[in-house]
Amino acid sequence: MIYCDNAATTKMSEGALKVLNERLSDSWGNASSLYLHGQKAKEALEKAREDIAGVIGAAPGEVYFTSGGSEADNQAIRSAAETGKKLGKTHIVSSAFEHHAVLHTLERLKKEGFDVTLVDVHENGLVVPEEVERAIRDDTCLVTVMYANNEIGTIQPVREIGAICRKRKVLFHTDAVQAVGHIPVDVSADNIDLMSASAHKFHGPKGTGFLYARKGIRLTNIIEGGAQEKGKRAGTEDVPSVCAMAEALKESAAGMEKSGEYVRSIRDRLIEGLSRIPHSALNGDADRRLPGNVNFCFEGIEGESLLLLLDDKGIQASSGSACTSGSLDPSHVLLAIGRVHDVAHGSLRLTVGDDITESDADYVIRSVGEVVELLRSFSPIWRDLMAGKKQFIL
Amino acid sequence: MALYSEKVMDHFRNPRNVGIIEDANGIGEVGNAKCGDIMKMYLKIEDGIVKDVKFETFGCGSAIASSSMATELIKGKPVSEVKKLTNQAVAEALDGLPAYKMHCSVLAEEAIQSALEDYEKRTGKKI
Repeated sequence: MIYCDNAATTKMSEGALKVLNERLSDSWGNASSLYLHGQKAKEALEKAREDIAGVIGAAPGEVYFTSGGSEADNQAIRSAAETGKKLGKTHIVSSAFEHHAVLHTLERLKKEGFDVTLVDVHENGLVVPEEVERAIRDDTCLVTVMYANNEIGTIQPVREIGAICRKRKVLFHTDAVQAVGHIPVDVSADNIDLMSASAHKFHGPKGTGFLYARKGIRLTNIIEGGAQEKGKRAGTEDVPSVCAMAEALKESAAGMEKSGEYVRSIRDRLIEGLSRIPHSALNGDADRRLPGNVNFCFEGIEGESLLLLLDDKGIQASSGSACTSGSLDPSHVLLAIGRVHDVAHGSLRLTVGDDITESDADYVIRSVGEVVELLRSFSPIWRDLMAGKKQFIL
Repeated sequence: MALYSEKVMDHFRNPRNVGIIEDANGIGEVGNAKCGDIMKMYLKIEDGIVKDVKFETFGCGSAIASSSMATELIKGKPVSEVKKLTNQAVAEALDGLPAYKMHCSVLAEEAIQSALEDYEKRTGKKI
């Protein structure tokens, strides 16, 4: 099995799995209980908070544990919106290719009277800071732009956007789910006010994540109940998972430089190899992208059939085709960078980790080439393109 | 459980009757690239019988499998019978399709009906 879908989820690291198992055995007490067993769990929880804060350049009190990235996105945006509304500020700036956890929350806010401006992400999949600045109005309460895109891996100029928000006194949230644990992220240096992260994207467990909220920012509860997380997120804490998340994040941070360099070399090998397939194109900027992200469009084929045949060859990947999403439209990310429907259906995302060898990468390149050729051999679109009845787009 | 039945995967991995018929007398093309599915059916009809059938499909696994199965269901059959082919028959022959993939079987039915209409138009014969 050659797993090339780390943006969907990652395998837990051995270290994180060990911590998870140990804490499940020794720290199963309720962190809110006053007896020693509960207080031990509380201690483990707070140690994890310190560790996580240390990695992202935050103070421990600024880290709130959530069920994952989606919840953190929802809470960050809702919080900024509520604060804004009290001040008569009901405008939000975001980008067209945010994760649905952000976009759908913004859609909901629009129904509640908010006005949303989505800045262009251009052909290279990058937000331009000056365009964010131009979009900010006197009644803007929040700018939310992702750190790195989940489909095409492009890394946004977060630090510059954050600096603009600081200057204009607007809150800045970033969905850093794909970035944390993969590239250096520092909430202070990057001028971030609110940030979402998810453990299972960096070899931690699923169902756990965190929200960073700069000291002084008022959070709105999404889940009401007990006084956990300083009264901002009710529900008995999943101490074992949080500890495993902290372990996974520490490991990722420690190995980031070495692993990143290697993964980048594999990524570039894949990009170079796949570029040799005729009428194909890389999606997103070639340099300003996550170390492990490769995303291509192949003209004349459809993504789901490509994925199924790659799975037969032992390669797990994903696609932005409509058929893989259950909707009629292909990925909103690919459409946002200007890919037309016809070619957006034929996309392939490979997100690799450091377990992939060079020979694995070469096998992937060969396999994709073979499958694309096979599917084109009975594609009526390909026949029309080859016969000159249709113009090639790529 | 896998996304598709074994039969769907078999027809997807080893599609039957793939290709084109140079001297086809009934050709039907349905779907569009925007939605991610295009099916093209080629029929060679002689003496009221589908002597040969070939297809080309741009689409997902179930679209390819539906085309393949549909060609198997109509090959060698009288056109009067072919005209009655329904998408349900295609889906059933594949041991079912996920609900959101049923439109693939509809496309297969439509591609064949469209090819039959083309045959009627070309030959002036009513089926």
